[in-house]
Amino acid sequence: MQEAATSQAASPQPGNEAALIARIQNGERELFYELIQPYERRVYAAAFAILRNEADAEDAAQEAVLKAFRYIKQFRSEAKFSTWLIQIAINEARMRRRKQHPELIEPIADRQDDSGNYVPRDFADWREIPSETLERKEVREKLAEALASLGQIYRDVFVLRDMQHLSIEETAAALKISTASVKTRLLRARLMLRDLLSPGLGGAWLSQAFGKGTKPW
Amino acid sequence: MAEPGVRKGDETMVVSCEEVWREVSNYLEEDVRPELRAAMDEHFRGCKGCTSILEGTRNVVKLYGDESMVSVPLGYSYRLHRRLEEDMHPSRRTFFGWMVAAAASVLVVGGFEAARSSGRVPQLRSPHAQRASAVPPDMTVLIYPDGKVFHVAGCTYIPAEAHLRSVSAREAEREGYTPCVRCLKQYLTQNTFSGDTPNRAV
Repeated sequence: MQEAATSQAASPQPGNEAALIARIQNGERELFYELIQPYERRVYAAAFAILRNEADAEDAAQEAVLKAFRYIKQFRSEAKFSTWLIQIAINEARMRRRKQHPELIEPIADRQDDSGNYVPRDFADWREIPSETLERKEVREKLAEALASLGQIYRDVFVLRDMQHLSIEETAAALKISTASVKTRLLRARLMLRDLLSPGLGGAWLSQAFGKGTKPW
Repeated sequence: MAEPGVRKGDETMVVSCEEVWREVSNYLEEDVRPELRAAMDEHFRGCKGCTSILEGTRNVVKLYGDESMVSVPLGYSYRLHRRLEEDMHPSRRTFFGWMVAAAASVLVVGGFEAARSSGRVPQLRSPHAQRASAVPPDMTVLIYPDGKVFHVAGCTYIPAEAHLRSVSAREAEREGYTPCVRCLKQYLTQNTFSGDTPNRAV
């Protein structure tokens, strides 16, 4: 997971952060801005991955940060602040999703959970999609679309582990599932996404997004 | 539970494609035992399909893990801080509102004034006054509603009961005020005012 780790946002030194939190808990409330600053983007990203709407995600992110501020005294230093904060954001976003779409029932595949192995559908040579192509909106949209098509339980695990860079254990704690379930769902999410983005599968998204015969990268 | 790919009696571990697919995610996490890792490496060397699975999965992890995958809306951080501020200091909400209203009023009034005074030379508030030209336009001066001249702070010609307002000399002149001959004497020219007679038109 070195690739993912290298792109992670710079976080404050753990010791400094613990000291900062202690001061906030002791009444220096204004320092909360400093504490939250490195995580603002991640809070939004977590909410957006679940709600998939900018306005809703921003609302949920704001609410999550406010909750973190109000309950900062309850934060215990055994946990990582980032995990605690992202967990609040995930809960907030999931609560909103339930409120907005109470009619949504989890797909059967979600409830079946981890039974059965996933068999990849595409075995053609993988043509690497370089990170630089993320500057193109259509590439980001295609990736977001693929992520959105995953079942909820897979998407949640993938978002926390691969986009928010929580550890397997932190992801398990945030979603209140076992680490074994995290690993199984993560495997399936990654393989499904790979298939969805695979150049060998008809290249439908290539021709749609970039015109026939044009490579997106 | 049997370790994937373990074959009893085999000296080296061999893994099937299905076992590779099952473990590819853990492989990327570096969460497989060394023997299994070695067996998978060996498998990848001879299996193009599984190499495609590995490379594709690795690429997926890398792409989605990239910060630029998510673009934050413009002004997100500002709005977040403002909401925090409101939550931290509820009393400032009203104050903030008043400040916005006050700033808006100043802009509106200023706009009217600017429109009123632009494009023409303002009429002097005293028929006896003469225009000065050498007062630095950005100098802060004092005026009051019924006055005709502007002063610098501390001028003894300022009436005690005056409701003073501080403005720039440029603005004072725009409103038709002229410089006080006592406190702003150094900026006046000889032919503007005769002798040392102070302009007492206050």
